[in-house]
Amino acid sequence: MSTPDAQAAYRELKFRDPARARAMADAINRVLGDIGRPRVTLMHVCGSHEQAIAKYGLRAILPPSLEVIMGPGCPVCVTDTREVDEGVALARQGVHIATYGDMLRVPGTVMSLADAQAEGAKIHVVYSADQAVDLARRLGEPVVFFATGFETTAVATAAIVLKGLPPNFSILSAHKYILPAMEAVAAMPGLAVEGFVAAGHAATITGWNAFVPFVERHRLPVAVAGFEPLDILAALVRLLELVRDRRPEVANVYPRCVTKDGNLRAQAALWEVFEPRTGRWRGIADIPGGNLVLREPYAAVDAKRRFAIDASALSDAPRSALAEACICGRIMSGLASPADCPLFGGACTPDRPVGACMVSTEGTCRIWHQYGGRPDLEGVE
Amino acid sequence: MSLPDDRVSLKHGAGGRAMRALVERVCLPGLGGGLPAGAIGLDAMDDGAAIPVGDRWLVVTTDSHVVHPIFFPGGDIGRLAVSGTVNDLAVMGATDAAVLTCAIIVEEGFPRADLERVYASIRTACVDAGATVVTGDTKVMGRGEIDGLVLTTAGVAFCDRPVPDAGLAPGDVLLVTGTIGEHGMAIMAARHALGLEGDLRSDVAPVNGVVRAALSAGGHGVVAMKDPTRGGVSSALHEMAQKSRVGILIEESALPIRPEVRGAADLVGIDPLVMACEGRAVIGVRPDCADAVLAAVRGHALGRDAARIGRCIERHTGTVILDTGLGRRILAEPDGEPLPRIC
Repeated sequence: MSTPDAQAAYRELKFRDPARARAMADAINRVLGDIGRPRVTLMHVCGSHEQAIAKYGLRAILPPSLEVIMGPGCPVCVTDTREVDEGVALARQGVHIATYGDMLRVPGTVMSLADAQAEGAKIHVVYSADQAVDLARRLGEPVVFFATGFETTAVATAAIVLKGLPPNFSILSAHKYILPAMEAVAAMPGLAVEGFVAAGHAATITGWNAFVPFVERHRLPVAVAGFEPLDILAALVRLLELVRDRRPEVANVYPRCVTKDGNLRAQAALWEVFEPRTGRWRGIADIPGGNLVLREPYAAVDAKRRFAIDASALSDAPRSALAEACICGRIMSGLASPADCPLFGGACTPDRPVGACMVSTEGTCRIWHQYGGRPDLEGVE
Repeated sequence: MSLPDDRVSLKHGAGGRAMRALVERVCLPGLGGGLPAGAIGLDAMDDGAAIPVGDRWLVVTTDSHVVHPIFFPGGDIGRLAVSGTVNDLAVMGATDAAVLTCAIIVEEGFPRADLERVYASIRTACVDAGATVVTGDTKVMGRGEIDGLVLTTAGVAFCDRPVPDAGLAPGDVLLVTGTIGEHGMAIMAARHALGLEGDLRSDVAPVNGVVRAALSAGGHGVVAMKDPTRGGVSSALHEMAQKSRVGILIEESALPIRPEVRGAADLVGIDPLVMACEGRAVIGVRPDCADAVLAAVRGHALGRDAARIGRCIERHTGTVILDTGLGRRILAEPDGEPLPRIC
């Protein structure tokens, strides 16, 4: 009943084709029937996957026996309070801080960068690493790029380092590497996850081959997926088939973008500039190899070595009672859902976030708040 | 950063939940009493008030208009002011000859030629709407004391039967009189200098003609209407669902959206459903006259893209559910000004 134009535009998006989606939902039901157990749980590790699942209402067509949960897939959300504290401390020392918009309101122990900004600190939102460099060239004063994100943005940070940085520029790296976090979550006791959906954009860099050691170690299948609704449904079908057939393998369900070996130049740049180190992921655990820190040859651009950052006054402060009650960590570990949180939607909203998951548009709580996570839509016919 | 509760913030003016809470707590108490029984007054928080006078109804509404930029693709603040007021009256059921007031506050230094342009636009919009301005007021404030121009209009008109926004029942069909999200997207593109390609133009226009067509085709079968301005069609549907105590199920694929609006909205990460319309109406009709009303609306020049977008259900009262074609989800009630995605 809509205009021909609108309908045509809709149909052209073939990765959003409702008829194919229904066929895939049927396939999911069929394979679940083959598996024959009351519940199968799959985990994805990317906020953009959660966005697509929620936005297109996919959970409403998934059978109740299939649980699709989001793991530690929001790099902003897993940035530890101490890392935020360091950024805040630097900002309060008068250094210009450039960072991605999502970082601004992520709570530190006592305050966020946005709070520091309200007090007069010089915080700049940038959309890319290049923009941060431009900012430094323009200002001429010390600029610290508080860099966050998984492989995708870490490669962009590595690229500016290799290109050469202005002398007033340095980097406070809160970059994370997703594979070790998947390892940690897979090894967590009490977790019922039987397969992982891996993020397609990160896999364009790492290649699907990067997941093979993980699959062999944990005997859990991985499906690399894109971000359109049909990409995700196809990955779920494939994962369930692998679960049913007890075949722990990597399936590349995003072959139009992801190759076996990935982008070798990007990988070379990433590992030339960064090395993986053990670091704290907020609310989850110390993740061996989960943090990306600047290698020795780049010490000169490492803000941690360039500035004496004293964040102890911030980090040693007692946390608020609300922050103590926040279960973001359990949600990101796949052990709880936003519906289990007493703060969700009440004391914690996107306006006044308690946990980082309510801040970022990639955070589970923020997405569930916007779209309603697994809504009870019974009786709607 | 959010402001403490004792301060008014921008979200209180964005047409969503926050605004309604502020109005209920601060603006409504102690006002609006003394109306005859059956009147639609302040407490209804409808698009306007309707007061029985003899065997007819007097419909009254008022609006203040501030917009950045004052001139935007598809219109300007003058056309917006007249259309906004005429449209509020129209969706209350008063579609005939409206009488308007027009008060203007101008900032010192405002270009006279621009002011003349705004008034030329007010005149054109009045002709389009069959309305007339009968009284006004002019103030000038010092530089920096206001920002450019503020226009306040009020409108009165008679009708035989007011149409509230609360008249929906399960089974009723929801129509929209044209493509959605155009005003909001055009303003956002202009304001944030998004540099988008394509013809993003505001839909700002008086809708009384197209609403009149709906009313003459549907008669008493037209049971609820709303002007989907701030907060867009989403906000209008939420208000209608809550006040009518029904659930609303919307088919996303049926929403008439121009491709350039859909593209721009995807790019900035904002749902066209929450972007303001200034020349559309959301109309709730009984199922047996839905086809006749839709045909009548489509027969009007401003209603060619009209569509049936959803229906009312008994369960999930106060909730708007979106069928995406792939699945279903709750459509969140807009709260606060939509901002372009920053990363």
